[in-house]
Amino acid sequence: METLEQIQARLTAEFPAARLERVANESAAGQPSLVVDHAHGQAIARWLRDDPALRLDYCSNVTGVDWLPLETSTKTRVKKVVDGVEKEVEETVKSVRPGYLEAVYHLYSMSLRHGPVILRLRTADRAVGAPVPSLTPVWRGAEFQEREIYDLFGIVFEGHPDLRRLLMWEGYQDHPMRKDYAEPDDYEYEPTPHDEVLEKAGKHAAAEVRP
Amino acid sequence: MDEGLRNELSKQGVFTTKLTDLYNWGRKNSVWPLQFGLACCAIEMIAASMARYDLARFGAEVFRPSPRQADLMIVAGTVTKKMAPQVVRLYNQMPEPKYVIAMGACAISGGPFKQGYNVLKGVDRFIPVDIHIPGCPPRPEALIHAFMLLQQKIAAQTFTGAGRPRFLDPAGPSEFPVPEFGAHDLVPPNNPAIWRAPKVQRAES
Repeated sequence: METLEQIQARLTAEFPAARLERVANESAAGQPSLVVDHAHGQAIARWLRDDPALRLDYCSNVTGVDWLPLETSTKTRVKKVVDGVEKEVEETVKSVRPGYLEAVYHLYSMSLRHGPVILRLRTADRAVGAPVPSLTPVWRGAEFQEREIYDLFGIVFEGHPDLRRLLMWEGYQDHPMRKDYAEPDDYEYEPTPHDEVLEKAGKHAAAEVRP
Repeated sequence: MDEGLRNELSKQGVFTTKLTDLYNWGRKNSVWPLQFGLACCAIEMIAASMARYDLARFGAEVFRPSPRQADLMIVAGTVTKKMAPQVVRLYNQMPEPKYVIAMGACAISGGPFKQGYNVLKGVDRFIPVDIHIPGCPPRPEALIHAFMLLQQKIAAQTFTGAGRPRFLDPAGPSEFPVPEFGAHDLVPPNNPAIWRAPKVQRAES
């Protein structure tokens, strides 16, 4: 199979207006992935599925990620005039990358027996109901997994044929896999608490009024 | 009738018994479970009913597909919050006398998934449980042990007096409230009439 760089080059030739970004993977797997913009998401997915050299006909896995805002500080050496003498001074520049939600697609080819190619779709921010385009019209197998991501993260997949909650009930208002999920306080009976549970059970016991 | 006279009579080939004992003997040897499983514990329940462990020896091989014909609910597996109202509704639909075995760590407390966002922390928060079996999953022998304990419990039940079972007590509840799906949790999160958080005693460290 082609490398992701080659695929990206061909995609740029095919879709000159598309914004593509390759994300390196520092882990042992070393599997890079491609961030695709919303306007071209479905067209690129269809092209990846139908291209004779790739034929990525199987969407094996769709998952969601909640990325919190990331604050990074970089140190730079700047020349400055201090007390009339030019000196090199270290300056820290803080930058905040805004948070976003992400849907990650793992694509394989059954007919050509290769893969995976990893696509990422990012929302603009972490708001509940932030949209990304649905890829269910391209890979039917993504239907339930996109519903699950909608259920647990609150990403709305535009163009999904039947976007309902999958695991939780209708009328449930939270999205439990989000990092800002506040669980109901039902720590009234924890016979063997430890770590986080110990803390929560302690908080519950402190708040509780026993007759 | 005193024990000596009963022994004397049985030596002569005359068996005597009490109506209560006869009735309970019949009941305890024909406990028909409701046929449903919620998770992996159900596989052990199925194994217990098959030839190797043979639950039929205890008169409980007839798993009923309808709650109207069942005497025993074996809650085998994780009860999710989404499933909990259905489990309570099935229990309400069973005719009295009825019994519940909570099988496995999940059914008795939520088990390894206790802190999950969709896991009920024990089915005894909504329905009265007669026998709890720990294990993840419990072996078929453990289920059989629970069965034998349940049989002992049935055999000891009386028709009258303060110790009579719920179904013979006019003041006892005939139905248990089915929880509603709320915006963040089940409403109510437990049935305070049958479940109260036990006070946890901790050794001072």
